[in-house]
Amino acid sequence: MAIWLTDNSKIIVQGMTGGEGTKHTRRMLASGAKVVGGVNARKAGTTHEGLPVFGTVKEAIEQTGADVSVVFVPPKFTKDAVKEAIDAEIPLCVVITEGVPVHDSTEFWAYAVANGNKTRIIGPNCPGIASPGASNAGIIPADITTAGRIGLVSKSGTLTYQLMYELRDFGFSTAVGIGGDPVIGTTHIDALQAFQEDPGTDAIVMIGEIGGDAEERAAAYIEQHVSKPVVAYVAGFTAPEGKTMGHAGAIVSGSAGTAQAKKEALEKVGVRVGKTPSETARLMREIMQAR
Amino acid sequence: MDLFEHQAKELFADYGIPVPRGIVAHTVEEARSAATELTGRVVVKAQVKTGGRGKAGGVKVADDAADAVTKAEAILGMDIKGHTVHKVLVEEASAIAEEYYFSFLLDRANRTFLAICSAAGGMDIEEVAHTSPEKVAKVPVSALTGVDRAKAREIAVAGGLPEKAVDGAAELIEKLWCCFVDEDATLVEVNPMILSADGQVKALDGKVTLDENAAFRQADHEALADKAAEDPLEAKAKEKDLNYVKLDGDVGIIGNGAGLVMSTLDVVAYAGEAFPGKPSPANFLDIGGGASAEVMAAGLEIILSDPSVKSIFVNVFGGITACDAVANGIVSAFKLLESRGEAVTHPLVVRLDGNNALLGRQILADAALPRVELVDTMDEAAKRAAELAAVGA
Repeated sequence: MAIWLTDNSKIIVQGMTGGEGTKHTRRMLASGAKVVGGVNARKAGTTHEGLPVFGTVKEAIEQTGADVSVVFVPPKFTKDAVKEAIDAEIPLCVVITEGVPVHDSTEFWAYAVANGNKTRIIGPNCPGIASPGASNAGIIPADITTAGRIGLVSKSGTLTYQLMYELRDFGFSTAVGIGGDPVIGTTHIDALQAFQEDPGTDAIVMIGEIGGDAEERAAAYIEQHVSKPVVAYVAGFTAPEGKTMGHAGAIVSGSAGTAQAKKEALEKVGVRVGKTPSETARLMREIMQAR
Repeated sequence: MDLFEHQAKELFADYGIPVPRGIVAHTVEEARSAATELTGRVVVKAQVKTGGRGKAGGVKVADDAADAVTKAEAILGMDIKGHTVHKVLVEEASAIAEEYYFSFLLDRANRTFLAICSAAGGMDIEEVAHTSPEKVAKVPVSALTGVDRAKAREIAVAGGLPEKAVDGAAELIEKLWCCFVDEDATLVEVNPMILSADGQVKALDGKVTLDENAAFRQADHEALADKAAEDPLEAKAKEKDLNYVKLDGDVGIIGNGAGLVMSTLDVVAYAGEAFPGKPSPANFLDIGGGASAEVMAAGLEIILSDPSVKSIFVNVFGGITACDAVANGIVSAFKLLESRGEAVTHPLVVRLDGNNALLGRQILADAALPRVELVDTMDEAAKRAAELAAVGA
């Protein structure tokens, strides 16, 4: 079992014909994911990597039954690509693109909400989602881990890989890289809720980093709604304090956004927080061995 | 990117927002001629990218040009929260009747924009927000519908602004929204937004943060960057497209992926506590997922040109780029640097893990590079790098 992405998921790639799109379409196919086509208005009707290229997301869905889109288009065009995916009501849209202006991501999020949230957005600036042994939508290396019963949600790409690798003997149901941008579609809380409800997940690893107050809000959610064991890691304890201008940020969140504040909030609700990635893996190992 | 007050106000003025007349001065002499030109009472304001200037004594009223000179002398060169004052804004003094607070910003938690408005503006707004939150209105603003005059009025009224100020404030707020959107800002703050004695609503201060991801459609923004304040190593790294931040320790850090590098800084700082002199990270350097030989060489070059570095820790997790490719990159980087007469003389601790880790370690072992040590785990490697920095190597 897994969340959001299963062995039945049919994936299309927006921006498949570009450099990154081509490379990762190949990798997804090699990992066994069911990639069924790509979208590029200028190359509609052609084939690429042996897959059909469609003019629009809507057409791709009609022709292939796709239910997942992975977006690799450049930042300039990302907003329009995601809005197109929302218009086509594709259930899952994974936005890998890095460097999307925050006004654009705020706009496509508002657009998704205005259209009834029929499309789950993951990202932008994220490594994607992988359900080992079942499917892989994005750029998470498929071969660093195995299928198992740990769920993982993370703001950071390489730390996701690090933990997936360290815990490869136990394996993962699903790993979700939600991205570290200020505005993201799927949050820690969304993933925690899905893992809590997933019968294929026994325990959850949550990776956060400095900035914002997403981890503090996740802690509040865990206290109320998550009964499965959660182990966390927060990066950035020794990062120099960023220059904060004005008062607006502090007025809004009331949180300093420091790693220490996040760690304390998580520990207060019974989450064990590792001091290093390896210690975090060790804490999860203890939980899984005790089962 | 944060702007100086004078830059923020120049931007505001472009959008038709009323701001006091002002002139930037880098020297006492420039301050004298600015005050002479403005005539009458002026305010001399330190230009630094941090809050709390007023409380630090960086904002002073001067009665005339001679007084402006005295005030500029006191403020130029002053240190405010680690920021040296290199320039002041000399501005005509405003007759203030009332002070309000206003800002537009990104509300990360709710993934929308937010207008914050309060009749209780001025230096203590954070305190007000804490003790009397009902006095600070937070109004969500949709990216799809934005702010028109009616919405702007609604925000001003919600903030408790008096009737006599609402029209003027609504006009300012509407224009400020245009500035916020058109400039791809993530924050525009006016504190105080004032009602002057003659009934005008004006921006008496301005703080603006611009989104660097929007650089591709904001060609004018590059000119606003404060090149003088950039760390020379950071500027050099930027030229090479490297994500580098100078820190004040002595262990050079190279890694792939921002999260992993941030984590590496933590692990090295913890490990350093056990050694004399408590070695700590000298920098943040993320060479990205790819970790090619050229990028590795460019990264090593930057770190080697930092005189405070005593040891280097290369922490790479092989994901998309497998460890054998990374190892080959390190070997080529050494050769590349040697051919340029910049051979690596510092001790280098390398931790490779992930895809093809064993093969990668073998490649490095076979290359027998001088002063390179392989350590299998991140925690142990951090300890070794800190130890090498402590002995001064």
